[in-house]
Amino acid sequence: MIKEIPVIWLQMSACTGCTISLLNSASPTIKNLLIDQVIPGTHLNLRFHPTVMAGAGAPVIEIMEDTAREKSGAYLLVAEGAIPTSEEAVFGAIGERDGKPVEMKDRVTDLARHALAILAVGTCAAFGGIPGATPNPTRCLSVRQFLEAQGITTPIVNIPGCPPHPDWFAGTVASLILNGLPGADELDDNLRPHLFYGKLIHENCPRRAYFDEGKFAKKFGDEGCLYELGCKGPITYADCPLRLWNNGTNWCVGAGAPCQGCTQPEFPDLVAPLYEKLVDVELPVIGAYWLPGKEEK
Amino acid sequence: MGTIVIDPVTRIEGHLKIETVVEDGKVKEAKSTGTLFRGFELILRGRDPRDAQIITQRICGVCPQSHGVAAALNLDSAFGLADKIPANARIIRNLIQGAHIVQDHILHFYHLSALDYVDIGDVAKYEGRDSTLNSVKDFLARGELGPFVPRYEGDYRLPPEVNQQATAHYLKALEIRRIGHEMVSTFSGKIPHSVGIVPGGVTSAPTVDKITSFLWKLRTLQDFVDNTYIPDVLAIAGVYKDYLEIGSGCKNLLSYGGYDLEDGNPDLTRRQRLFRAGTTSADLKLKALDISKITEDVKYSWYQDTSSGRHPEQGETKPEYGKREAYSWLKSPRYDGRAYEVGPLARVAVTYASGDPVMKKMVDSALAQLQAPPSALFSVMGRHLARALSDKFIADSMAGWLLELKPREPTFVEYTLPEEGSGMGLTEAARGALGHWIEIKERKIANYQCVVPTTWNASPRDDGGIPGPMEQAIIGTKIRDGDNPFEIVRIVRSFDPCIACAIH
Repeated sequence: MIKEIPVIWLQMSACTGCTISLLNSASPTIKNLLIDQVIPGTHLNLRFHPTVMAGAGAPVIEIMEDTAREKSGAYLLVAEGAIPTSEEAVFGAIGERDGKPVEMKDRVTDLARHALAILAVGTCAAFGGIPGATPNPTRCLSVRQFLEAQGITTPIVNIPGCPPHPDWFAGTVASLILNGLPGADELDDNLRPHLFYGKLIHENCPRRAYFDEGKFAKKFGDEGCLYELGCKGPITYADCPLRLWNNGTNWCVGAGAPCQGCTQPEFPDLVAPLYEKLVDVELPVIGAYWLPGKEEK
Repeated sequence: MGTIVIDPVTRIEGHLKIETVVEDGKVKEAKSTGTLFRGFELILRGRDPRDAQIITQRICGVCPQSHGVAAALNLDSAFGLADKIPANARIIRNLIQGAHIVQDHILHFYHLSALDYVDIGDVAKYEGRDSTLNSVKDFLARGELGPFVPRYEGDYRLPPEVNQQATAHYLKALEIRRIGHEMVSTFSGKIPHSVGIVPGGVTSAPTVDKITSFLWKLRTLQDFVDNTYIPDVLAIAGVYKDYLEIGSGCKNLLSYGGYDLEDGNPDLTRRQRLFRAGTTSADLKLKALDISKITEDVKYSWYQDTSSGRHPEQGETKPEYGKREAYSWLKSPRYDGRAYEVGPLARVAVTYASGDPVMKKMVDSALAQLQAPPSALFSVMGRHLARALSDKFIADSMAGWLLELKPREPTFVEYTLPEEGSGMGLTEAARGALGHWIEIKERKIANYQCVVPTTWNASPRDDGGIPGPMEQAIIGTKIRDGDNPFEIVRIVRSFDPCIACAIH
């Protein structure tokens, strides 16, 4: 008997970039994730995903609501995007109930309560991201902030990145299937799996030798470390330099551009201006950094 | 039938609701409502202007490259660099945007649109030995059919073997579009949301290994476009022939032109480009584009009326939810006071109208195969066909561009951030004419306005009460079955709406 894990993918204050990044998954492919037994004996049954699913309108809302009811405690909720919580307007709605728009914050509350676990995919869902940036016009909160305020205790795993690498998502799902919910020692303080976010970009950067020698690029195209062009690698946790992006093709620093710090809770406000040097780090101690409003670590 | 509400409209980007009033089997009224506002134009204020290039890409994860290009052109002009961009940088920007859009049109046809026409259920009857189709057959036999059901039932017209082949192409297209993103990443680091395009040029050098790798991935995509994508569009259009008439819309088309072909010309609107700038209508005659004729109305949008009717240079974004008569977070861009459709159909038609011989031959030959007149372009299938031809037009141009790259020459020009300035960036995104406008004061963004393709296409009524292009395309359509309103979703999806872009 094949185990079916129902999945509901909710898009909130987002841009669909996390979804498109997942389509780029190379091994497993997106076809393996949707159609095949992604781990032998288990199939992800994607019941609701606005960008992919065949149906539209009331019937798909019904599937979403039925799944939450009939598969209570057994379905995975994937949250893409931050949650607009402003009382001033309905800034984000998904579907209707009795002819009235249902706000994203109400949808996520209903679906989060009875989920097996929540994967907060992307920096918007994990930390608020760009929709939550100053002046935060729609009062966006991260999934964790919002659910904690609601007293909902369903386990959350954050998979940040703008967007996240598809391996980070596929690997986290495979780990859930094979090993169950991650233990506290498998996640960092920001609920990110150590497996993917355990080391600083700076620790594995191929331009690290330039940094240690004090050879810094002054403009794009120069040889050297990109620190003075605004690289956020020294404060950013992710395995991009080892994993590479788009089926191993390249990564930001590989294209001669500074890391933007997109997997961090500081993105974008506290890593801006993006092309300005970080406020001085005590060089070259790995992991030590200072940002406005942040204690030395 | 009364009222038909489709909320959410799926297999598009973002959050869209369509509401129609049907009388005597025909749509009498249509309302297009975008249901997510994030406030990018408010978030951009006060920031370092250079960051606009990174932040505006996040308007949309489906179309980030086009925002990257529009923002870079906008900042180039605001920083006084528009005539100084090195040839290498111009070409690499074209390659990054081109590769992105070639994969995006494939994604749209197969993954966002095809399930409106193709019944994957027919794979259950498959008797052959193709392992991919047999894995789909196994999937169907297991019985948990998400995300392929629920769906509208009824109007699937293709014979079983064509449905089976189309399903195989749906899966093949997933791989092909992934390779398209690898091409983008080659020069731009990663995608979605990449880093390679910056004001002043690009960040990466065109080394020979990158050129060669890009070239052979391009060949793979060209092969798919020529031998799978275009034949599939023609085959489906041949079976769903009524959709060469359904959904004609406003028949006013606008293109900003895209893919710069010359260096040193500071005026974006007069630069030689692969796709031409201009407007056209049912007569397919070319008219010159006058950017000063663009305005954005908000009478039916959830923004303060005081900001209505402005040119984007003076644009404002002041939310006022619940305003009387308003029904969408999209503004209503208009050209010379009229609704204009933008997108592949518009840029193909404008380039055709300009007399471009390659485009003319391609369009005429496709129409001949369908035995359809040029007026058939203004339809659901016309939009799909134009998108496929637009794809080929870009893909076929890229190999030549690659060979123009000069590995040891500059890709970036240095500059100092100006104290004050203003700029404009215009390009052709996958979904059509995309414009960014900036005003800089004290080296910070004082105002940033985006008018995005789907803002044009999915806009609500304008101040004069004239419906937007997509609304016009729906109005008047015969609905065969109100419980399965295929006609409405097929019309909407033919525009390839991107609502995150449209509202931003």
